Amino acid sequence: MTALPTTLAAAGPGAVSAAASGAVQERAWLLVALPLAGAAVLLLGGRRLNRWGHWLAVAMSWSAFVWGVMLFASLHGQAPDDRSRTLHLFTWVPAGNFQLDAGLLLDPLSVAFVLMVTFVASLIHVYSVAYMEHDPDRRRFFAYMNLFVASMLLLVLADSYALLYVGWEGVGLASYLLIGFWNHNPDYAAAAKKAFVANRVGDLGLTVAIMIMFATFGGVTYTQVLSGVDGASEGTLTAIGLLLLLGACGKSAQFPLQSWLGDAMAGPTPVSALIHAATMVTAGVYLVVRSGPIYEAAGTAQLLVVIVGAVTLVFGAVVGCAKDDIKKALAASTMSQIGYMMLAAGLGPVGYVFAIFHLLAHGFFKAGMFLGAGSVMHGMDGCVDMRGFGRLGGVMKVTWLTFAAGWLAILGVPPFSGFFSKDKIIETAFATGDGARPWLVGSVALVGAGITAFYMSRLFFMTFHGGQRWARDSHPHESGLLMTVPMVVLALGSVGLGGALAFDDTFLNWLEPATGVAHEEDPVIAAAAVQGLTLALVAAGVALAWARYWRAEVPVTAPAGNPLTVAARKDLYQDQVNEVLLMQSGQYLTRSLVFVDNRGVDGVVRGTAAAIGGLAGRLRRWQTGFVRSYATSMTAGVIAVVLGVVAVRI
Amino acid sequence: MTATVTAAPLMAAASTDMAGGEAVMFCTVAPIMVLAALGLLFARKAVHAALGMALVMVLLGIVYLAQDAPFLGAVQVFVYTGAVMMLFLFVLMLIGVESGDSLVETIRGQRVLGIGFSLGLAVLLVGVLWQVPFGAPAGTEAANENGNVTALAEQIFGTYVWAFEVTGALLITAVLGAMVLTHRERSERRPAQAELARLRIRTGPVKAPLPAPGVFARHNAVDTPALLPDGTPCDESVSRVLVARGQTQEAEVYVRGTARICSELSSPLDGPPGPGDRGGTGEDGEDGGAATGKEGEPQ
Amino acid sequence: MLSAVLFSIGAATVLLRRNAIIVFMGVELMLNSANLAFVTFGRMAGDIDGQVIALFVMLVAAAEVVVGLAVITAVFRTRRSASVDDANLLKY
Repeated sequence: MTALPTTLAAAGPGAVSAAASGAVQERAWLLVALPLAGAAVLLLGGRRLNRWGHWLAVAMSWSAFVWGVMLFASLHGQAPDDRSRTLHLFTWVPAGNFQLDAGLLLDPLSVAFVLMVTFVASLIHVYSVAYMEHDPDRRRFFAYMNLFVASMLLLVLADSYALLYVGWEGVGLASYLLIGFWNHNPDYAAAAKKAFVANRVGDLGLTVAIMIMFATFGGVTYTQVLSGVDGASEGTLTAIGLLLLLGACGKSAQFPLQSWLGDAMAGPTPVSALIHAATMVTAGVYLVVRSGPIYEAAGTAQLLVVIVGAVTLVFGAVVGCAKDDIKKALAASTMSQIGYMMLAAGLGPVGYVFAIFHLLAHGFFKAGMFLGAGSVMHGMDGCVDMRGFGRLGGVMKVTWLTFAAGWLAILGVPPFSGFFSKDKIIETAFATGDGARPWLVGSVALVGAGITAFYMSRLFFMTFHGGQRWARDSHPHESGLLMTVPMVVLALGSVGLGGALAFDDTFLNWLEPATGVAHEEDPVIAAAAVQGLTLALVAAGVALAWARYWRAEVPVTAPAGNPLTVAARKDLYQDQVNEVLLMQSGQYLTRSLVFVDNRGVDGVVRGTAAAIGGLAGRLRRWQTGFVRSYATSMTAGVIAVVLGVVAVRI
Repeated sequence: MTATVTAAPLMAAASTDMAGGEAVMFCTVAPIMVLAALGLLFARKAVHAALGMALVMVLLGIVYLAQDAPFLGAVQVFVYTGAVMMLFLFVLMLIGVESGDSLVETIRGQRVLGIGFSLGLAVLLVGVLWQVPFGAPAGTEAANENGNVTALAEQIFGTYVWAFEVTGALLITAVLGAMVLTHRERSERRPAQAELARLRIRTGPVKAPLPAPGVFARHNAVDTPALLPDGTPCDESVSRVLVARGQTQEAEVYVRGTARICSELSSPLDGPPGPGDRGGTGEDGEDGGAATGKEGEPQ
Repeated sequence: MLSAVLFSIGAATVLLRRNAIIVFMGVELMLNSANLAFVTFGRMAGDIDGQVIALFVMLVAAAEVVVGLAVITAVFRTRRSASVDDANLLKY
């Protein structure tokens, strides 16, 4: 099932790209510079920009999108083999053996990301103007959002792992700043810290991977690394692959670094929509896909990618079933869907395409659902507990419709976009590998789809249908235009994007030069059977949710539930595990080190001082003050000296 | 005795390298020297120790003379015995001759350690010196060709002139140091005689000048206290030193004698009893007569 | 040999007697014994240097006696005691 990148060295990943040409391509750095300038202006401008600062941010975001479209058009106008262009920006690190230039890589993969990121980000910017209307720090919010957009674009456009790392850190920073936006609340600030620290653990993996790359390949640009894969040993490549996976896990909230995503919902909802649904959490998938040749040459690492993806998708699904907080349920869903993407990314070049496909589709429908959740929260005065919702569909019609579009998309119901991407992933899972592997992976993906259907339907029904469980003084109302229009646009994307991209293998062909040719193999079960099974499981999930959360009365207070429910409510004890494994051992280590320092090091010092003091105290008694004692000592000395001289002479 | 012990090998050495007379002299002088030194060590009274020391110095001078160092021997007697020991004795007088040491040792273990160490030192040095093979003494006749003094002078003002000058400076410094150390700064002006007299009249018990020695004396002995006009012995009329030494006599004999005479003299008179009934009236009368007699004359 | 004996007797005096003057005399005794040794060895070597050195020692000893006695006098004046054991304020 492995692709053969060597035969397509001219147009495969890692190929030496031609230089950027044309006015649009040569100014591709504007994509990064415009939002960055917006962020700088808003941060440095101060309070006088409060009245119109957000519009500047919105404008920057949209102009980046416009430029992205133009870039796409220009690349599209070139021959498929010729679509990979590098734009050299400046010499970054001229350090003897290590020459690194900063540059942008404009190829189908990065441009696809650019389009998705800018479009969704711009929509969310518009939404935020209304959502953050009453917040006095709105200007700062938009500055951080612009900073995020700039960093994310830098991440996907970088032509070297080092520059990617800069963008990587930038999105991490923006995420931290935005999660902890309301940092006067210590819980939110703690959640921001948690996200940052978990990311940092992953970043350690990425850093070490870059170091190994430099040691092995002599450089860290994509060209140097990916074309040098043939020459490296499998052990090295496995190490690099594993470390890159660690970095991706941190950024994309995959197991075992997934604990931060639920708490990250402490940030404002647009933040959750943009960063933790559509863009930042997908950066990990981007990294894995970009490093495709490494994984193809190191089978163990690739298998581990699949395993991580599978575990996470089940984890997220289980947790999502028990969450009553609408945002946390959506976060668990994100975790699970990215698990799907990771799983697909571990299936080789054919999987890459579907992973990115699902990524794009997910960006639309998940962001749409988050914005819908934000609208619901806005209407219910900030309440997030779904047990306080119910029958909101009648009151908030637009929200209901757009949310429904996203819901059906994530379920994978044809002809919504999720169907085209998710089903393909499940098929490919059934088609990859020998022996028990396709059965195992495929079944996991299949079952995951069923559970997804269940908990997403649960969410939908609890919020918009069923009995009315509103609090006494809440007046849910539809949100204004600035909020509803972006939701509508995203809903349209959820509906139509999948079909558009899958039509005539458009997306497959578009992405091929970047990811390598995908050889589709036949799944162990027939494709139609897979689709049928999937739809059956989905229907079963929906039916179960309907029975429990629409038809039946939903209790306002959460019932006790079986042990699995209790565990799922507590995120399957992820925090406790982290605490025991890492925090407590870390604290123990710290305490023991402090103990060693206090007793050992300080003890040595103090002990020396005490010993000297004690010795001095003893010796002090020699000073009796009596001259004759001194004379005695002197005589003794004289005798000793004479004895010594005599002994030497004799 | 250590003296004989040390003298024996010395005699053996002496017989090979010393002339007969010198050997005899040495063998006589050395033990005495050691004994005197031991006397210095063991004497109870400080003056006895000083005397022992002086003896050692003189004998050393003699030994120097015998060793062909006539100048040095003379200087030893002049400077050491004469000047230094006299200085010692003067300071002893100043400090107090009666301050002798008690035999009780205050510092723990000092006596043991002191004796041990000094004995050890002696043994060590003697043992070392025993091993040294002494040849025949070259003698200083050749060096003393032009006379001992001339030879010495040649060395002092020739080779060692720098040391000589420095030593001179040292002597001056020593004198200055002694002056500084013993200088007593008067915190108030020394009272003149007029002041002293006024002070005595105002505060002292005795308004009249103290009687010269012998005024109240009924005898010529210095060790017997004089009698005051009322017959009591006057303690201030005997030297403090004699009192401290316990060498004074009681005045009782003279008191009784004087009382008997006075009672004989006063019995035919029926005058009123004066102060001091023991026969002091006689004294009073006599003294009073003498006093009035004296007072009457200038009138 | 004699000088060695005299030297040790002088040392014993310094160690065992308490009266300051007598201690000082012990020191003098030690100096003189050294003088004796100088003169004797000088005679052994045939050199007059021994005598020269002995002369200088005598000079220095004289100076030292002066200063030492002055010190003792000064100490005595303030303390009214001639015992070396009483001057023990420099103890710990």
